[in-house]
Amino acid sequence: MVISNRPLRFIIATFVACLPLMSFANPEVDSVKVNTEMAHEVTEGSHEGAHAEPTDVKSKIKAFIGHHVLDSHDFTFFSDEVEGKHYGFSLPVILWDNGLQVFSSSRFEHGEAVAESNGNFYQINHHDGKVYKLDSADGKITENEETGYPTNIRPIDFSITKTVLSIMIASLLMFLLFTGLAKSYAKNKGIASGPGRIFEPIVLYIRDEIAIPNIGEKHYKKYMSYLLTIFFFVLFLNIFGLMPFGINVTGNLTITFALAIMTFLITNLTANKNYWGHIFWMPGVPKVMRIVLAPIELLGIFIKPFSLMIRLYANIFAGHIVLMSIIGLMFIFKSWLGSSLSFGLSFVLSILEILVAFLQAYIFTMLSALYFGSAVEEHHHEEAH
Amino acid sequence: MDKLIHQFELGLFFWQVLLFVGLIFLLKKFAWKPILDAVNDREEGIKNALLSAENARKEMQNLQADNQRILQEARMERDNMLKDAREIKEKMIADSKTEAQAQGLQMIEQAKAAIESEKNAAMAELKLQVSTLSLSIAEKLLKEELSNKEAQTKLVEKMLGDVKLN
Repeated sequence: MVISNRPLRFIIATFVACLPLMSFANPEVDSVKVNTEMAHEVTEGSHEGAHAEPTDVKSKIKAFIGHHVLDSHDFTFFSDEVEGKHYGFSLPVILWDNGLQVFSSSRFEHGEAVAESNGNFYQINHHDGKVYKLDSADGKITENEETGYPTNIRPIDFSITKTVLSIMIASLLMFLLFTGLAKSYAKNKGIASGPGRIFEPIVLYIRDEIAIPNIGEKHYKKYMSYLLTIFFFVLFLNIFGLMPFGINVTGNLTITFALAIMTFLITNLTANKNYWGHIFWMPGVPKVMRIVLAPIELLGIFIKPFSLMIRLYANIFAGHIVLMSIIGLMFIFKSWLGSSLSFGLSFVLSILEILVAFLQAYIFTMLSALYFGSAVEEHHHEEAH
Repeated sequence: MDKLIHQFELGLFFWQVLLFVGLIFLLKKFAWKPILDAVNDREEGIKNALLSAENARKEMQNLQADNQRILQEARMERDNMLKDAREIKEKMIADSKTEAQAQGLQMIEQAKAAIESEKNAAMAELKLQVSTLSLSIAEKLLKEELSNKEAQTKLVEKMLGDVKLN
């Protein structure tokens, strides 16, 4: 490890400690308002899209779902359409645009206002939730007529978005849980205690049923940290996504891309001679076939992590969309029969999503282990083929 | 596909990689290594405990077998000793019997011999007495003969009667 643990731990601790300072609490949080119109809570997300105000319930729900699955610069639990209030808190916006621009996301006023920082003007595009630079305070985001994407300059956005905050919370939770579990062994003479003990069987399962059978007794140890971390990371964030905070982390392509590229890098950086031999000069087949197979195998190196990325993203993304659509149906039906039916359906689907949360974490870990296993496998071609 | 690529966010990617890699290393140092070590130790401990229990059981069995064997041996030894003792006893009885018989016979023999010799001695004495008596009778008779014939006869008869009584 290049960076020693102590400073790293300190940096993360400081960072988490500073979070509340950087994000200025939304004053509206304090106002105690009883929200009587439940229907507006769900449909309220559309409020961000101030430019194209959807009027009917269906398009409001559609817009809300569209915004939910995207990342956001503030953390909104729910909002009130009638009064135009958002219940949640702001998050720090960090942009790299000719120097660091740091300000609170409250300046965007949930996408309705142009934020000014050191003479630069920024606005959130209501279609993709991303920050674009404006020419002036009165500037507008102009869209390319062919592609539909904005033509404005995008500063590199290092903001602590809702997703980043969720990752931090999940990481902190994991760190506390598993260090607690680790400490409990010493305290309790080798027997786990405390809240972390629920995860001990899962840790053992990953070791005995995922790592050892796929990688092999000889090499599995060096991959254990990665496999355990990725399993619990994906699992925790999947479960977070099912909680009523409106978090969607593992259904974000950037996140799954980052996870998949790590599996890709670890696989190819720890691969042995044998692995490369199987890709470029497949043993046990005729020479002509070897030349044909090489590009296919080479493509396979990239397809494997690509499939990891898409599988996790699509499963969680689709789960969120379907679940929220069915919840949205309640407000479309607005009848005791239809609404209670879609409530029952969404309840059953939520249970299914819990299964998917575990399953996708398992599959991601399992396939990563499988790829690592192929990278360190030691063949004896003459006997094997 | 174009939409997917458009979704990619460099800043988020940066944070995700930074936080995730940090998390891997932190957890490796503070959680996974101690947890896996502790679990391994525990498994080793259980394995060892089972093994030692098995060993103890075997040892116990061996010990029991040994005990059984020793008991068996002791029983056999006792039986042998008893048998020996019985044999010795019988032999002693038999020996003493024969000895006693021999001794008895010898004693009888001796007694017989003593009786014989006594008898002989008594006979010799009797013979001597008879001869002396006969001589004295003859002497007396001769003396009586010389004095009174009748008295002499009487005396002889009387004496003879005496002899018979003897």
